[in-house]
Formats: sequence, C-alpha cells, structure tokens
Amino acid sequence: MTKRILMKGNEVIAEAAIRAGCRYYFGYPITPQTEIMHYMALTMNKAGGTFVQAESEVAAINMVYGASAAGGRTMTSSSSPGISLKQEGFSYIAGAELPAVVVNIVRAGPGLGGILPAQGDYFQATKGGGHGDYRNIVIAPASIQELYEMTVEAFNLADEYRMLVMILGDGTLGQMMEPVLFRDEEPIVESTKEWALTGHKGRDHNTIQSIYINPDELEAKNNELQAKYRAIEVKETRFEALDTEDAEIVIVAFGTCSRICRNVIRQARDQGVKVGMIRPITLWPYPTEVLSELAKSDTLKAFLDVELNAGQMIEDVKLAVNGAKPVYFHGRTGGNLPSQKEILDLIMNIHKEVNQ
Amino acid sequence: MIDYSIILAGFGGQGVLSAGKMAAEAALIEGKEVSWFPSYGPEMRGGTANCSVVISDQVIGSPVINDADVLIALNRPSLEKFQSQVKPGGIIIIDSSLVKIETSRQDVRFLPIPSSEIANELGNMTYATVVLLGCLSAASGCFKREAFEKALYDVLPERRHHMIPSNLQAFDRGVNMVVTQ
Amino acid sequence: MAIVFEKTKGLTDKPFHYCPGCTHGIIHRIIAEVLCEQDILENTIGVSSVGCTYNNYEYFACDMVQAAHGRAPAVATGVKRVHPGNTVFTYQGDGDLASIGMAEIVHAAARGENITVFFVNNAVYGMTSGQMAPTSLLGQVTTTSPFGRDSAVQGYPINVSEMLATLTGAKYIERVMISDFKNIQAAKRAVAKAFRVQKQGLGFSMVEFLSTCPTNWGKSPVESIDWLKQNMVPQYPIGVFKGKDLEV
Repeated sequence: MTKRILMKGNEVIAEAAIRAGCRYYFGYPITPQTEIMHYMALTMNKAGGTFVQAESEVAAINMVYGASAAGGRTMTSSSSPGISLKQEGFSYIAGAELPAVVVNIVRAGPGLGGILPAQGDYFQATKGGGHGDYRNIVIAPASIQELYEMTVEAFNLADEYRMLVMILGDGTLGQMMEPVLFRDEEPIVESTKEWALTGHKGRDHNTIQSIYINPDELEAKNNELQAKYRAIEVKETRFEALDTEDAEIVIVAFGTCSRICRNVIRQARDQGVKVGMIRPITLWPYPTEVLSELAKSDTLKAFLDVELNAGQMIEDVKLAVNGAKPVYFHGRTGGNLPSQKEILDLIMNIHKEVNQ
Repeated sequence: MIDYSIILAGFGGQGVLSAGKMAAEAALIEGKEVSWFPSYGPEMRGGTANCSVVISDQVIGSPVINDADVLIALNRPSLEKFQSQVKPGGIIIIDSSLVKIETSRQDVRFLPIPSSEIANELGNMTYATVVLLGCLSAASGCFKREAFEKALYDVLPERRHHMIPSNLQAFDRGVNMVVTQ
Repeated sequence: MAIVFEKTKGLTDKPFHYCPGCTHGIIHRIIAEVLCEQDILENTIGVSSVGCTYNNYEYFACDMVQAAHGRAPAVATGVKRVHPGNTVFTYQGDGDLASIGMAEIVHAAARGENITVFFVNNAVYGMTSGQMAPTSLLGQVTTTSPFGRDSAVQGYPINVSEMLATLTGAKYIERVMISDFKNIQAAKRAVAKAFRVQKQGLGFSMVEFLSTCPTNWGKSPVESIDWLKQNMVPQYPIGVFKGKDLEV
C-alpha cells in the first residue's frame, strides 16, 4: 500500500493492533478513546478475534490478564479515570509476567476532570500506579503515523519481555486525523509462549500467578524482574534529538507538546535563538543519559520542560541534569494546550536571563 | 511555504466536521501535510461543532489552531466566538443565508456567501458546505478543484458517485461567488 | 496387595494447607474426580481466586491461573475467549464472588460465558480471619459483626444462586451442601452436570457449595456440619435454581 490515508488517531490504534495480530480486545467506553472500541467492535470479529465490552475497566483488564495467560495477543484501552481503575490489573500482569498492551488516551484530571487533552498521567504511567515494585514500558507517540507503528511494536515488546506496554497518547492524538501510510506486511515477531495455559495435554501443567508467600522466593522474583528492567533500560530507551548540537536552550517535551514545540524551535531560530529539543519516545525507560550528556555541553545554557500538566516529567529531567544547568518549566492543565507564542515568549525570556 | 489553518464552525448536524475532512482529503491528494482536529465531547450532541484543519508543506506542529488564516462560520455564535482568532489579513467566510450579521473585524477579507440558499436551489441542503469549500478553495488556494474532485471519488462510496457532478456544481458556485466579490 | 483406594490424578501430590475439618478438600477432590471421569483434565484451565484457596493452582493437576480478588470470572472470560474448546472453571469463595467480585460474576452470567463457576459459601471470610461475608446470616457473630449481624446496620444475606438464576445467560445453577456422604455424592453429580453444560456450549453454569469453616465459626468439625444444616440451609435451601430439566 503506497497511499496515505486520512484517519483518526483512535481508529489507527485499533487498526494497528489488528494488523499486529491482536485478536482479543476488552474495553469499556470512556471519552476521548471510545472510537478504539467502535473500530474493534466493527472489525475484530471479521479478523477472527474477539471483542468484549466489559462491565467495567476492572473487568476489562482482568479479561486481558486471562486472555494473555491463555497465550492470546490482547489489549485494552481507556482514558485516565478508567486507567486508574485498571491499576490493580497492571500490577498483577507485572507480577505474573504476562504480555499485554494498554492504550491510555489521556484526558485532564484529577477526578472526573475534563475530556480534553492532558499529560497528567505521566507519574501514574511511569512510576507505577499500582502496588509493588514494577515497571511498564511506556511509549509516547507524537503523530498518527507513530501511533500506528508504535502500537504494532508495542505487541512485539510485550511478548519479548512478557510485560505490559502502554501507549500513552492524549485527547489530541486520539481525536485528530492525519495521514497514515500502512505497510503491506507488519513486522510481527511470533513467540512460542511455552508458559501459556492451553490445556496440559502432552506436557506438565502450567501455572500463572503473582503470589509468592515465601519471602525469599518473592525477593528472588523481584530481583529477576529488576534485572529484566535494567536490561530494558539499556536496550529499549528511545528518543528523538532535534537541533541539539548547537542549541543554547533545549526543550524537553513528548507527545502533543513536542509537536507544538517543533514549530517554536523553527520560529526561535528565525529570531536568532538556537533552540533544540529532546523528545522522549519511551517515557519508561527514560532517556536519562542523553540529557545528562547534553547538560555537560558548554554551548547549552538551559533546559525548558514543556508538559500538559503541572510538572511531572520535569522530575526525571532534573534527575538527569543533576543541577548542571537550570531547568525551566512551562505547563498547561485543564485540557488547554500552550500556544506557540507563549512558549516562544518564554524562550526569549530564558535566553535573556541565561545570557546576562 | 504553504501553511493554512482553517476553522470550520457551526451547529452540530450542519456538516462542518465532514466539510473539514473533505478539505483535508483534497489537500492530502495534492501531497500536502494535513491535520484535522474536531471539537469533541458533550457539545457534539446538538450543540455547536467545530474543527480545525491545518494544511502545510511541512510537518504539522499543533493541530489545534490559535491563529487562523480562514474562518468558515455557519451560524452566528460561531462567527462571534471565532472571529477574533483570525489573523490580520485572513479570511472570514460565512453562510449569509443563516448568519445575518457582518464581522466586526475590519482587517480581514469578509466573504458572506448565501450557501444555504444556493444549496436549496441545487435541491440538496448538504451542498451548503460544499459551496463554502469552493469558496475556501478560490479565496485561499489551499487546495484545487481537481483535488476536491478526486477526494470525492475517494471518500464517497461507489453508490454515491452519481452525486459527484452536482457536488462539483455546488463547489463551482462557491468559486464563482469569490470571483465576483 | 490389591489397591482399594487411589487418589484422583486430578490433584497433585502437594498436601492441602486447609484447616482440620475444612470442606475445601472435599470440594477439590470431587471436582478433580469429575475432571478425570469426564476425561477433560488435560484440556482444562482453572482460575484460582483470593481467599483460603488462593493457591489451589498447586493442588489441581491442570493448567491454572491465579486471579485478583473477585476477578476470576473476568479472567476466565479472557481464557475462554482464547480457548473456546477448553474447559474453564473458577473456584471462588463468598467474599471473592459475592462481595468484591459481584459485578464480574453477574456480568459473566449475563453474557452467558460458557464457563463453570464453583462458589464456596461458608458465610464468613476465612483467610483474613473471620470477618462478616455478604452471605453471613442475620445474628451471626463474626470479627466484624461481634454482636451478631444486625440487619439495621449490616443489611441482609445475599442468595447468589437465586439471584443469578434470574439471568437468561445462566443455564445451570444448583446449590449443594458438603455435609454428609449422600449430599457429597449429590454435589459431585452437580459438578459433573455443570461441566457437561459447558462441554455442550450451553452457557454459564455454577454450583454453590454450602460449606463449613470450623476455625472461624469456633466450632468442632462435627458441630460445624450441624450448624450448617440448622442455620445455613433455612437461608440457603439446596436445590436446582436453573436448568432443572436440562438433559445433558
């Protein structure tokens, strides 16, 4: 297929999942991600799979847990308040080491909040959310094309590491249309899943559980998980560096925010201020190293972290920069997006400040 | 550099969301980068509806528009709400059959088009937005008629292809309205 | 020497951890025996829940998955949708199924999920040490109803079988009691029927076992059986609530 098609982000996610071999989708309606469900309801049966509208987000994630334990490629999707409800399942999936893909089309919170775009679930997505020491791989696409490619990849990563991979979007990415170019064939990595529950004919019976009453066994399990996470940090950290080589100010932004900042960089450079950007693509594992390295550069004067929240990722930026350079912050909440002008004005002020 | 940002606004059911999508489809056929972003949520049901369309020859940053090059307003509240967001030198197009006021902006090109009346003449009220798309094409150049025609073939199911000539007729009426104003 | 009794192959050799006099062991055994007798053990996937039987994945000699508290019917739904040809069962207590997991059990039944649920009702939370359950009787003393369950404060017991029997998706629902040989045999017949209902793809099936908890009831095993018959049966009559005439 060589033709770019205009499609809505949510629909692209669903199409990507089906192309990636996902055959078991469980969901519960919530704005602004419901089109994922609609698309699944229309197409999953034709693809030979199963779509279940669950009675709750809690049930949906537990259906994912069951389908994954049974060896199926499975996913659920929701938006912030619904994702909060799924945290129990996330922790069990981490403990039982099951592959699963979860999409969070983030809306503004806290509480019932609003239905407009936000990035206020950064902490919840990257620092746990559920109980216990665990991690999820968190991927933050910034375009509809990336929603497609990264959703496909999420299923491979989930199978490879036997863990939950979250696609963290927001209301803008879910609702907007942009052209997408689908591949003729998806790079699906099949895994054998010898651990899966299929009925034990011809082998010993399998069990899948996350409980280890014996503290030494549980500690060993935790050590095993942590070793897996360290390996993922080395292998799977992804980011995009844009015009950072000569930059005096480096913006750090992901998802929708990074799109807005991309335009600002152009405008700032037109006005003679050298701005670049680090766009984390994986929010966990976080691209700490590249930020630490940049912080050592003599050219670089300051970082500017831009988010659709009151300042969450900035903690990871500051940890990486470790006091070497000032880290400024600009955030909008409530479902509002920053305008290019407000970011540009801020950059001009920072530029003045750091050159005094 | 081509970079158009267009706001289309009206009541839910007037077809502003699909009109915006058609504009994006046409520009996509011309090989441009496009984005379409709708208002979503409770106001979708019977209230006001609007969408933002960005057409560019570069990667699109925000699909949400702060400064529009063009506003197409299909009702009075939409004109009143969005006219301040149009850049100086921009374009405001209204369906003058429905919007009985003029814009308060002096620094824009104002195009009142009786698109509902024209659609009525053509015998199908859904052509009102097509008239306005013709107007948009002629006034801004953000996509050409040929691209719009191709987009119709792409978007409409085959059983509706017999409607394409009358769609183009409506489009041309919009084009002519601009030429004569 | 002739073998006069052989333990079912449906159970592993791992010794049960249950308290003396607890009826979970009997229920495990009859389920395992039926799985073997129907020759479906090797295609069965069971779902353990949270409560005293949290680790019965170590006892049943088939593929098993352990579920979060109350979520076993949702987990079983996921499993069954991937393997519609396999036998899938959940094993849940009264706190798990009738309290925290009420939504999941009702909707699994409403969807007519083709799974079998084993619901063990002993009117008390066992593992967490004797708290009031949704099925605790009026006047029953528990650690969280120390003056007896008072309807004005703690409401009324829930009759799960009767309630689920009102749902079209539920095809077979029977309540049995683990009290004596005759009733245990009846319970085993119910288990067998429930699995046959699933095998024939008819829809949701559930067996509710009235069961004892000598430890948390503060009674000897024998007193417990008497208490079950005298107090639980009047509130929870045994019998078939759905699918009485099903020929399977």
